[in-house]
Amino acid sequence: MLLAPIVWLLTVVICYFFIAKVWWFPPPISQHGIAYDEQFMRTLVITGVIFFLAQFALGWVIFRFRDDGRRASFYHGNNKLETLWTTATAVLFVGIVLMGTKIWVAVHLSDPDPNAVPIELMAKQFAFSFRYPGPDGKFGHTDLKLVNDAAGNPFGLDDKDPAAKDDIVSASLKVPAGKPIKLIMHSRDVIHNFFVRELRLKQDIVPGMEIPLYFQADTPGTYEIPCSELCGLGHFQMRSTMQVMSEADFEKWKIEQAANK
Amino acid sequence: MHAHHAPQGFIRKYIFSLDHKVIGIQYYFLALFSVLIGMSLSLLMRFHMVNPDVKVHWFATLWPTAAQGGIMTPELYLSLMTMHGTIMVFFVLTTAPQSGFGNYFLPIQIGAEDMAFPVLNMLSFWTTLVALGVMVSAFFVQGGAPLAGWTAYPPLSAVGRLSGPGEGLGQTLWIVSIAIFCGASLMGAINFIATLIDLRCQGMSLWRLPLTCWTWFVTAILGLLGFAVLLAAGVLLILDRTAGTSFFLPAGLLVSDTILNHKGGSPLLWQHLFWFFGHPEVYIAILPGMGVTSQLLSTFSRKPVFGYKAMVYAILGIGFLGFLVWGHHMFMSGMSPYSAMAFSVLTMAIGVPSAIKTFNWIGTLWGGKIHFTTAMMFALGFVSLFVTGGLSGIFLGQPALDLYFHDTYFVVGHFHMIMGVAAIFGMFAGTFYWFPKMFGRMMNETLGKIHFYCTFLGVYAIFTPMHWLGIAGNPRRYSDFTNFDFMGKLLPVHTFMTHAAYFTAAVQILFFINLFWSMKYGKKAPMNPWNSTTLEWTIPSPPPFDNFAGHHPVVNHGAYEYSVPGAPRDFIMQTDPVDVIAEPRH
Amino acid sequence: MPSSITSDIIKPPAPPQGGGFGGGGGPDNWGASRRASMTGLMVLLAATTMAFAAFTSAFVVRRGMSDDWVALPLPHILWANTAVLIVSSILLELARRALKSGRRSGFNRYWTAGTVLGVLFLAGQAYAWMRLSDAGVFVASNPSSSFFYLLTAAHGLHIIGGLAALAYVDVQALRLRLGPSKRTAVDVSAMFWHFVDGLWVYLLVLFLVWG
Repeated sequence: MLLAPIVWLLTVVICYFFIAKVWWFPPPISQHGIAYDEQFMRTLVITGVIFFLAQFALGWVIFRFRDDGRRASFYHGNNKLETLWTTATAVLFVGIVLMGTKIWVAVHLSDPDPNAVPIELMAKQFAFSFRYPGPDGKFGHTDLKLVNDAAGNPFGLDDKDPAAKDDIVSASLKVPAGKPIKLIMHSRDVIHNFFVRELRLKQDIVPGMEIPLYFQADTPGTYEIPCSELCGLGHFQMRSTMQVMSEADFEKWKIEQAANK
Repeated sequence: MHAHHAPQGFIRKYIFSLDHKVIGIQYYFLALFSVLIGMSLSLLMRFHMVNPDVKVHWFATLWPTAAQGGIMTPELYLSLMTMHGTIMVFFVLTTAPQSGFGNYFLPIQIGAEDMAFPVLNMLSFWTTLVALGVMVSAFFVQGGAPLAGWTAYPPLSAVGRLSGPGEGLGQTLWIVSIAIFCGASLMGAINFIATLIDLRCQGMSLWRLPLTCWTWFVTAILGLLGFAVLLAAGVLLILDRTAGTSFFLPAGLLVSDTILNHKGGSPLLWQHLFWFFGHPEVYIAILPGMGVTSQLLSTFSRKPVFGYKAMVYAILGIGFLGFLVWGHHMFMSGMSPYSAMAFSVLTMAIGVPSAIKTFNWIGTLWGGKIHFTTAMMFALGFVSLFVTGGLSGIFLGQPALDLYFHDTYFVVGHFHMIMGVAAIFGMFAGTFYWFPKMFGRMMNETLGKIHFYCTFLGVYAIFTPMHWLGIAGNPRRYSDFTNFDFMGKLLPVHTFMTHAAYFTAAVQILFFINLFWSMKYGKKAPMNPWNSTTLEWTIPSPPPFDNFAGHHPVVNHGAYEYSVPGAPRDFIMQTDPVDVIAEPRH
Repeated sequence: MPSSITSDIIKPPAPPQGGGFGGGGGPDNWGASRRASMTGLMVLLAATTMAFAAFTSAFVVRRGMSDDWVALPLPHILWANTAVLIVSSILLELARRALKSGRRSGFNRYWTAGTVLGVLFLAGQAYAWMRLSDAGVFVASNPSSSFFYLLTAAHGLHIIGGLAALAYVDVQALRLRLGPSKRTAVDVSAMFWHFVDGLWVYLLVLFLVWG
């Protein structure tokens, strides 16, 4: 029947777009990203095969068993077959999630690197702000009452705190390539989300929680950061960038920022 | 239950009816009305996404503030999006498959005269209607409808007007509507469960129940347990919004230049409560469609359901596991990474009964004698769509992969395939299958097939590209994509999907024409046009007010005895005498 | 003993022959209705349990994660209210027993008394709220008070629903309209009331131990 070739055609077209990677991930810029893409591929191949076979089988039965006068076979089921494909599915599904566990553990459950460069992120409606501890290596005191976006103080840095005076505030994220980063994330109003496609990482930023995100970016470049949790009418404009630069350039940048204070 | 007299008078017969059949039709039309609203909202959304700067004159007429100058503001977009999701999930997917078809056919399929509590049944419909009224009223109040999504995460949904227009009265009305809906849902659950457990006719043992009844039963249990939790969550949210409590609101909030004096609450608490309801909710949306699909695949291949018992266990398994996986909506939320791993394994586990059902559907078709009625086409379409939509869940169920895919169009594609299409196809299938029984007339097969093919291709065209957008990293809930370089390159995909949406929406006119025209002018339907085996096909089309006209059916056979060797015809009605053929062992 | 309208012995009538729909073997009309009503009650109780389970989990989470929880001094009237509620349940049970052995007037007395005590409980809860607000403790004062008001209000709504059922049965009984077909209404309302009673004890313990 007509539905069979339609199902087959749809299947082939869909598979093509995946195989040809017509719209795809941007290249990864970290080891995590590479591992991510491998797990994605594993999952894609397995689900792709199942997709192809299932749709093909559906089309096949539609075609082969259309009413052509003969009588239908009569069976209620087949326990052996049932057990076989249930077990196979269970093994496959659970297997694939176990294989991805390493990646999850690496991001969220591994020992934090004590040498990670600490950077604070403050998310608000509708912008990301980043803070660096400055030459003294300490993050200064902040107070919500001192927040003044218009005057360039989204963190509410307390002038009276010497540790705060040298903190560097930036509208975009600048990181040195090849070095572990600890992004300490806060929100001061609603839930936001930090996402960098090339890192293959995202994390909700929840008010009332301090959430650290550890990563390491290896490839220099500028990468867009779209907010990825609905935060209000400006959600679609909440954008920043992550600039990955050589360590030397990063140090130069920090010195420049300190000098401009 | 006392036998009741035929209702007299227009009001008693059609408005405040106690008859489960009328109530089922009322629910069906409520869902039909709601889906028109929901679909219109989605078309507006898709238009805006690819034409964010185009002036549309009548936008300004409809929304003088929110679409000044004829351009949709982002807040208007988000409120249309919020209402689209809410109306579709609650007033379409939770009503038609369960309260629509279930109300009509559960009592008949088990051989009962009506639901256990007809007055409660009537109340449940009118309460649902009131809930819909309150929901729609949110469009018309100051500030308009809420913009926090159908998931209403605090703090965005909890701090009132400070976080956006529509977050004032609009959000409150939304919560009130949902709370009323929870009450209506509970009333329905009481009826479905009591009816199925206690009103089955003689011989209708559990293992002889049609799979549709099993799905309505498990769906009712899911609704019973899930909606109660949603109600509790809604109460807490209203208190945070209006009474100054801090269930979900932490300290340190600065919204619209205002420092809020809440403290100690947790936004994650809302997410846990919401998704504890929210996940069973999506199984509520899909299970009845699975039941209908099983029923139709069997009927129209003239074969028993392959592995009936396994199908029942799969339904029970999906229902049970459905309560254990809610955390997979929260992998990126900041909750414990260990919880994420636990939820992930359980999520993969729930893929197993779903896979069993798919294999068994194909097994049902294998070796069959397939009649391609429109009802059957939609059932076949359901299987294809369920496979496509279900498989993308394998990606999302892994927190490792969700690190990229959360809140992208990959998720939007996944849930639309399953809910926005497969479940809808289940409703279409049910409509074409049961229309003759409900209205005593046949629907037009030609119009039905054209509608089917166009819709089938249309929905694939709309929702498959969303997966590729997700791979490219396109976030969801964005009102326009012009602020990001990488999204600009994806606009042609959005344009394609938008045009596919226009086409698919337009094609639905064929369905409406078919539905309403056939009610009056369709060919008269016989008692059993499909030679189907279940009890509804033993009574006239349409049925008398008390279904079995005072007769008490006695069931001697299982629900899917097709093509039994040695039987005089290729189907044995459930009420056929015992000795039509020796009953095969399961 | 001469029969009178208030103390005649009621013999349950013979079940009707044939007729009616049953489930899985019972041919009598009422059997299905009574069974269905019991099932319906269980379903309702399951939903109520889930709602309060959700509140409890919110309670536990909120209590555990904040440092601003101040234990709420429970108004003393709550103890009296609890006693009143428990006694009302006992009275309803005595009423049911009286009805089973046909003592109509006994039933009327006990059931009315139980209903009145239920109203008294509600009044006592309102008084407890008054004491709290007099002491300056309102719903947003502290998370503990938020939960107290929330849980007592939610419980109170269920009490009101239960009272409606109890009152309905009471009116039917006092009007001598409580025939055998309404026996299910008696049992269902009483069981609902016992559940709401038990729920209150649970909430009290929750507050005593965790509050």
